[in-house]
Amino acid sequence: MITARELRKTYGSNCALDGVSFELGAGQCLALLGPNGAGKTTLLRILSTLLRPTSGALRVGDADALREPERVRALIGMVAHGSHVYEDLTARENLRFWETMRGGDAAPGRLAAALAQVELDPVANERVRTFSAGMKRRLGLARVLLARARVLLLDEPFTGLDRRGRKWLNEFLLAFKASGGAAVVATHSFGGGLGVADRVGILGGGRLLLDRPAADLSPDALHRLYESLTDSVEGAP
Amino acid sequence: MTYARRAFIVLWKDLLIEWRSKEQANALLFFCLLLLFLFQFALGPDSERLAAALPGLLWLGFILAGLLGLGRSFLGERENDCWEGLRLTPGDKSAIYLGKLLGNCVLMTAVEIILAILFIVFYNVDLWTPAAPLALVMVLGTIGLAAVGTLFAAMTTQVRARELLFPVLLLPVQVPVLLATVSATQALLLGQPLADVAHWLKLLAGADVVYVTIGLLTFEFVLEG
Repeated sequence: MITARELRKTYGSNCALDGVSFELGAGQCLALLGPNGAGKTTLLRILSTLLRPTSGALRVGDADALREPERVRALIGMVAHGSHVYEDLTARENLRFWETMRGGDAAPGRLAAALAQVELDPVANERVRTFSAGMKRRLGLARVLLARARVLLLDEPFTGLDRRGRKWLNEFLLAFKASGGAAVVATHSFGGGLGVADRVGILGGGRLLLDRPAADLSPDALHRLYESLTDSVEGAP
Repeated sequence: MTYARRAFIVLWKDLLIEWRSKEQANALLFFCLLLLFLFQFALGPDSERLAAALPGLLWLGFILAGLLGLGRSFLGERENDCWEGLRLTPGDKSAIYLGKLLGNCVLMTAVEIILAILFIVFYNVDLWTPAAPLALVMVLGTIGLAAVGTLFAAMTTQVRARELLFPVLLLPVQVPVLLATVSATQALLLGQPLADVAHWLKLLAGADVVYVTIGLLTFEFVLEG
């Protein structure tokens, strides 16, 4: 579903992403681990077509993301730090806005079903300004559900979530995978996303230092690998 | 149909947020009152001087209030990465520009009406007799101002020095609109018929068509950065 080849992004002499390649199939989840500044957000922004790579090739579904970003945008759903929500609109109004902007069906029944799926139906008519970070993230996921996105890109989705919120998000990701969707979850913590990941990638210094099936790595082994790989990158000149 | 729905939902969203937050409306109302006090102090009680300066003052008020309002029209999109959300929506991005433009026109018209009423109250001038032709000049002038203002607001919203850059970019481009609106307003307030200002109205309409077309054609590039 996602094929990235030698993706590179530079800002002047600073290389934010240095030749990242990977493939991700339908029904799979890739957890991207890495310290701050490793290039996770840059990679997600390139995958979402928000940022154009300096060089490399990217296919999402059957579309060339660099030549046909509009086709890719119809396939993806992104939930980043901001969740794309308007604070002075209610949860329902936010969904209505984004679904209409996407050109989809913003019928009240569909909006209500999406809100129920992310367990926000009791607060559907409350302004988002009163929501917690976790609720805003769930609203962002409701937007993705409405859009019937096939590729989900999540940037630090577990940050600010309590235990119940993490459990809920893990279950959401499992259901998304089961429906045939592909997900890329960028995180700098070991606490979230790894339980549902089929593959684990470690980014450091803009490079994909490791890309292995999650089943091959015990939590301890992953922790050791992460520390040794990121330490070696940080120690490099 | 989808294009119109998308433009309408942007208009609906902007007006609803403004209605609830009243951020711009409150600030602009106080700004209008301050302007009128300043004009009053600057001109004094001399009614002849006031009559001569009125068209310019009226449009100076509209433009200053417009600068304040238009410059903020995309700031809300920066909150929670909504700007990026808009970029990620598939389809023709000019619908977003059209919705924003309509929203700005509605807000500016509301401010202009309030300002015109305040002018009547404060300066005891007769804006009622030429109200219909004056309204036509106001509508055409507002579209011209909002068309460029909406585009430049989008261009400068990610820039750190946007408060400085926005008027510096906007005002030179607005020269034809300013010239036509002030001249037409002056003629109408002097009691001249609408036919006498037809050339100014044609200039305004032409500028509106050019500005709106440029906005629709270039907005996608502005949004994509």
